[in-house]
Parts: sequence; structure tokens; C-alpha cells
Amino acid sequence: MNQTFNPASIHQAIVEQQKAQDRKKMIVNGVLLLLLMAAPFVMYPVFLMKILCFALFAVAFNLLFGFTGLLSFGHAAFLASGGYTTGYLLSNFSGLTTELGILAGTATATAMGLVFALLSIRRQGIYFAMVTLALAQLVFFFFVQSEFTGGEDGMHGIPRGELFGLINLEDNLNMYYFVLAVFIACYLLVQRIVSSPYGQILKAIKQNEPRAVSLGYNVDRYKILAFVISAALAGLAGSMKSVVFQLASLNDAHWHMSGEVILMTLVGGMGTLLGPVVGATFVVNVEYQLSQGPLRDWVDPILGGIFVLTVLAFRSGIVGELQKFMRKNLG
Amino acid sequence: MTMIFGVPLAVLSGQLLIGIINGAFYALLSLGLAVIFGLLKIINFAHGAMYMLGALVTVVLFDLLGVNYWVALFVAPVLVGAFGILIEYFLLRRIAGQDHIYSLLLTFGVALIIQGVLTNIYGVSGLRYSMPDLFKGGINLGFMFLPYYRAWVIVVALLVCFGTWFIIEKTKLGSYLRAGTEDSQLMQGFGINVPLLVSLTYGFGVMLAAFAGVLAAPIYSVTPVMGSNILIVVFAVVVIGGMGSIGGAIITGILMGIIEGLTKTFYPPASSAVIFLVMVVVLMIRPAGLFGKEA
Repeated sequence: MNQTFNPASIHQAIVEQQKAQDRKKMIVNGVLLLLLMAAPFVMYPVFLMKILCFALFAVAFNLLFGFTGLLSFGHAAFLASGGYTTGYLLSNFSGLTTELGILAGTATATAMGLVFALLSIRRQGIYFAMVTLALAQLVFFFFVQSEFTGGEDGMHGIPRGELFGLINLEDNLNMYYFVLAVFIACYLLVQRIVSSPYGQILKAIKQNEPRAVSLGYNVDRYKILAFVISAALAGLAGSMKSVVFQLASLNDAHWHMSGEVILMTLVGGMGTLLGPVVGATFVVNVEYQLSQGPLRDWVDPILGGIFVLTVLAFRSGIVGELQKFMRKNLG
Repeated sequence: MTMIFGVPLAVLSGQLLIGIINGAFYALLSLGLAVIFGLLKIINFAHGAMYMLGALVTVVLFDLLGVNYWVALFVAPVLVGAFGILIEYFLLRRIAGQDHIYSLLLTFGVALIIQGVLTNIYGVSGLRYSMPDLFKGGINLGFMFLPYYRAWVIVVALLVCFGTWFIIEKTKLGSYLRAGTEDSQLMQGFGINVPLLVSLTYGFGVMLAAFAGVLAAPIYSVTPVMGSNILIVVFAVVVIGGMGSIGGAIITGILMGIIEGLTKTFYPPASSAVIFLVMVVVLMIRPAGLFGKEA
């Protein structure tokens, strides 16, 4: 029975197994995609788009927090600056197509992310969180004082316009498929980043920064890039959100928003790809359901309770706990 | 009228006074944060909520039981401090020794709960608290009017700040505290009850916040959200002073209050942002803060 030890056949068996797994994954992803495509016929599209925007926001945040280990407490700044820029441009320059407005919003958030990163990257852990928080607060006061944001009233009636000058986005279904496409593209991008060699180094930095330094990596540069990508995606989420709701307000810039995205990521499962998506869906739903019922005044304390419970008991979040459970019980 | 840089002296000194008073509150609050952070490595996001609790307890005690200001000045911080110890014992202790970030997230959740519940009970419009009779009025200094109460706030805040600094940096108890954070196992080996020390330290930091709250009750509007915005400013103050530096927190607190007051006189739109601007500049020049040691 020499055959069983034939390296070629073992290799082939592994390849076969890999292929089978890939097929399984393809089927699951295909089903998910179909569900997402069909969703607006069952649920209110604007609500779905809200979930998608926050999910993208949380995915962006998770790239930094979950995979690189940097807790930014200032991500609201990127969400808001993306939203305000897009809103301002689309409201004031009627010739501008929607995607250009969104790109400009994303670019603003990216530039702001670079500034934040350069100022904060040398600090670690809690210090990093505080510095990003204070920087975001500076941005918040800038938005409060600036005239173009409409101050406390916010920016209303942002036109959705036409995508590439062709597709009318006033139609909720068109808008939904656009948001969905952007979301999926960003999700795949993050997936690609995380599994790339670059992503491996980010994880190494999270696990043991001194070791990554001693292996010769210029850690600061890796972290700055991760921060900038995260800020860009958060800005993109904000830009899309302002187009979807035709509204940009100070709420998005307030530090509570930075806290909320942490909650979403933590509840869903930080450091997992799907976690932030699940977490955002969960939090947006909880907020919505509570606001409809007799507990409408108790949203904040209940979210706070979820926060405390998650930190104390389910630190790996919904997706993380499920993964643990499956590993234990299903081998 | 005397003018300084195009601003009447009375206006300038009035704003300076307000700045110094705000600075006194910043100093008290950032001192508590610095004590808790420096000794326990806990970022206390519930600090603003504790400050609010101090003020709210003062008002509620007066309304329900007629407890006067002087009694409240002791009772409210003790009550809130005890509450803080409960939080430390039942919640924070469970995540001790883990990444500090979790302490930040946990206390953030606690702050949301406290603020949310009290907002439902008391609303956000602000409760009234009348000034103790002794402090009504003030004296005319010639160039400005100085209300007695404000003078009292400045004096007592400075005394408490100095006392805290003295206890931690110069006494035996303080040396136990500092040693306990350096190497808690060794301290435990010497027969010192470190967990108790941790609880008391957290309680003490919270008491400082509540004490600031009592001082604030007669002059600021008392609402369940009053701690939420000042908290972020205080965080900036702590970063500027150098995280964990006790003396740095006190000096920076007062300094930032004054800078804020001056900005309000000369360029009002920037007054709420100026502290964060200072923070950015300080971080670029001295990343560890004005009084912090480079980690």
C-alpha cells in the first residue's frame, strides 16, 4: 500500500477539499446576495439602506479596531465630514452627478483621516483613543460654527440626483441597489485587505507590536495606512447616508456616534469580517424597535446595558461567540 | 474706561474670572481622572456622570429632606463615592488586568445607563438650586465685581487639589498606592490589601468628581446631561497635562480655563474649540503632554 503515502495524491486530496470548501462558500455567498437583492421587496428600502450605511461604517471601524488593535474614539468625524461635504456639493452645484459628490465626501474624510493619523499614531492604547476623541471634538465644533453645515439645524433637502447622470436615485429601489453595490465592493475590499500580506502585518501589530518592530516592519506606516483606509470607508458611509436620507446633521459628528460604532463592532464581534455587519444590523434594529414601543425613552440606558453586558460577558460578540460554539461542537 | 487690547478692563477681568472658575472645575475633574488613570490605569468614562450625580444628589437631598449646602458638601461626595466603589467592585474588578480599552468601554456603558435613566426621571431642562445665604452678594474690587461664591469655589477647589496632590505624592498612604500600582503582587506579599486599596482609590477619584458637582450646583444648571460635554474637555485637559500626572492635571486645568476665558473675550467663536486646539499643538511638540513622562 505504498500508494497512500504518495505525496502527489495527498496534495490532490487537499486541493479537492479546498475546492469543496470554496464551492460551499460560493453557494452561501450566492444565497446571501440573492437575499440582499430581494430584501427591498419585503422591507422598507430606506431602513435597509440605513443598516447598510451603518454596517459599512462599522466595517471601516473594525478594520482599525478589530484587526489593527487601534481604538479610535473619533470616527464620527469621518462619517460627518463625508456627509457634510457630499451634502454641500450636491446642494450647491446642480451639475454634479451623485457619484462625484460621494467621491468628494470620501476624499475629504480620507484627507482628514491622514491628519488624524499623523497626529495620533505615536500614542498607544487609551492615549490613542483620547487623542482621536479630542481631534473629533475639534471637528465637531468646527461644524457647529460653520455656516455651510446649517449649525444645529443641520443640512436638509440634499438632492439625491442621478448616478452617472443616468440613473435616477430619487427612486428608492435604484438607490438601494447602488448602496448595496458600494457596500459589497467595500466589504470585499476589506476582506481582501485583511487576508493580504499587509493584513497579516496589521494583525501582527495588534498581537505584539514590539515584535513586529523587531522583525523590521515600519509599524507606524502600516498603522497610518490602516487608519486612512478606515477613515475613507467611514467617510464613504457618511456620504452615502447623507444622500439616502437627504440630510446631514450634527448627530453624526457628536462623540456619541463614535461610541455607537464601537458598540456595533463589539456586539457583532470585533476582528471578524461579518461581525460589524451583524452588530450594525442588531443595533439599528434595537434602536428602531425600541423607538416604536413603550420603551422609546429608554434607548440610551438599554444600549448602555448592552455595552456593559458585552464587555463583561460576550467580548467576542455575536459572530465571535457563534464561531467559538461551532468550533467546539462541530469540530 | 480702561481698555486692554481694545477690550474694556471690566469685561476682560470678568471673563478671566469665569475662566479661572471653569479652570477650577477642570482641575478638580481632571485630577480625579488622573488619580484613577495614574494609579489604576482605568479610563473613567463615567467621570462626567459622577460629577452630574454629585450636583443632582445635592439638589435632590435639598428638595426632599431639606439638607443644606454645607452638609451636602460632605454627604453627596460620600454617597456618590460609595456608588463608585460598588461599580468598581461589581463591574470593573471583573476586567482588571485586561486591556485598558475595556475599562473605557465598560465605564462608557455605565455612563450611558446613569445618564439615560436620570434623564427619564428629571428631564433635561435643569433643576434649580439656590445659593446658600452666606454667599449671596460679592465685593467690588474697583475694576470688577467678585461674587463671594465664585471666590469660595476657587479657594476650596485649589485647597482640595493641593491636598490630593500632597496625599498621593508625599504621604505614606500615597506611597502604598503608587507602589501597589507598580507591582501589586509584591505589595500583596508585604501584607497590604491591594484590592481594597484599588476600590478606595476609585471611590476617591469619583468623590472628587462629585465634590466638583456639589460646587457646581448653585452656579451651573443642574441637568442629567451636564457631565457629558464637560467630560470630553476634561479628557483633553488630562491629555495636555500628561496622562496620569497629578500635578500636571491641576495646573493644566486652571491654565485651560484661563485660556478659554481669554478666547471668549477676544475671539468668541473659537472658545469651545480652543482647548482641543491647544491639545493638538501640545501633542505635536510634546507627545507625552506638558508634564508627562515619555512612555
